[in-house]
Amino acid sequence: MSTRSPAHRVVLTGDGPVLVDGPLEIELADGTLVRSDRPVNALCVCRRSRIYPFCDTSHRQRVRTSDEEQR
Amino acid sequence: MTTTTAHRVTAPPLPQPRGPVSRAVLALLRGEQPDAFDVAGTDAYGDDLQLALYCCYELHYRGFDRVPDDLEWDVSVLALRGRLEAVFEAALRRDVAGGDDVATAVDALLVEPIDAPGVSHHLMRGGELWQLREYVTHRSTYHLKEGDPQAWAIPRLEGQAKAALVSVEHDEYGAGRAERMHSQLFAKMMTELGLSTCYGVYLDAVPAATLAEVNLMSLCGLHRRLRAALVGQFAVVELTSSPGSHRLVRAAERLGAGPATARFYREHVEADAVHEQVVRRGILEPMLAAEPALARDVVLGIQAANLLADRLSEHLLGAWGEGRSSLRSPCPT
Repeated sequence: MSTRSPAHRVVLTGDGPVLVDGPLEIELADGTLVRSDRPVNALCVCRRSRIYPFCDTSHRQRVRTSDEEQR
Repeated sequence: MTTTTAHRVTAPPLPQPRGPVSRAVLALLRGEQPDAFDVAGTDAYGDDLQLALYCCYELHYRGFDRVPDDLEWDVSVLALRGRLEAVFEAALRRDVAGGDDVATAVDALLVEPIDAPGVSHHLMRGGELWQLREYVTHRSTYHLKEGDPQAWAIPRLEGQAKAALVSVEHDEYGAGRAERMHSQLFAKMMTELGLSTCYGVYLDAVPAATLAEVNLMSLCGLHRRLRAALVGQFAVVELTSSPGSHRLVRAAERLGAGPATARFYREHVEADAVHEQVVRRGILEPMLAAEPALARDVVLGIQAANLLADRLSEHLLGAWGEGRSSLRSPCPT
């Protein structure tokens, strides 16, 4: 087994983004190529991110803490 | 006023005292005999103690102009610092709920309150440009040394936790490129907002609530026994920064602050979404697997960071709500 070349590891966080080591090129559905030089990248899979294809934590549960109307 | 971002290393001048405790520390740092003082009656979160502590800690970062570097390990300064730390740490332990349930404490950080009365919420919705400048002035006490207090944890962790912490710090430090260091991105924002990037120049202007947040990092960073509390504090920053930074991008755009300001916060939206995952999976989980007894201190760090963040938030929103400056001396215009 030790002779196998190292594989790319992709981490499925389950409750959040998919983690992929960089540098990375991501081809979007429309053919656009996005590059990231970050050592670790969090890719959005919930499609709620405002900086898609990267995660911006928009998958988090949003709660109202009071009865006050949202401004 | 200096607006240069060129990097010339200079130490700031000593600040003005804010009471008998800080007066004694400043006297020691000037090489004078300090007057005796009683630390027992001092407000743990007050200006006098927090400034005194901040000055003691600053010897480990950049020092002060005309203060000898070897005072960093001077036994009389360290003894005095120890008395101040005991008061601060006792107050924090008294004022947090405590416990060892890390999962619950972390989960609470991962829920996004949509109606919270936070500073970033205020700046996004209706805050003014002078308030954003004040906010940045407060934050400069940490962000001009962003990542530095947490770097103390590196030699105190093992294996995966150490490797993961270094990977986050590597990102904070620009991944080998000085111009991408978060502290330098912050300095560019300060310049854009007409603020001085000189290290320590706003020390006299910021109140105790601001200093206390940085003092928590230094306290936990400089004491190996509190390494897990430092990780807890770091977790609070990294887990809450991304949505808060998004609100500040919107604030910067709405207020027409400029591209460097939006860039600083935009960088943190994306970077800290990654850091959240690395802190949870790469640092907290393996650290607690290796040393389960550290859970209590992780919770302490999380709760203490939340407590001090709430105090600062109340101070800022309280002052602004009354239409007055949140600083001890007004921001230059």
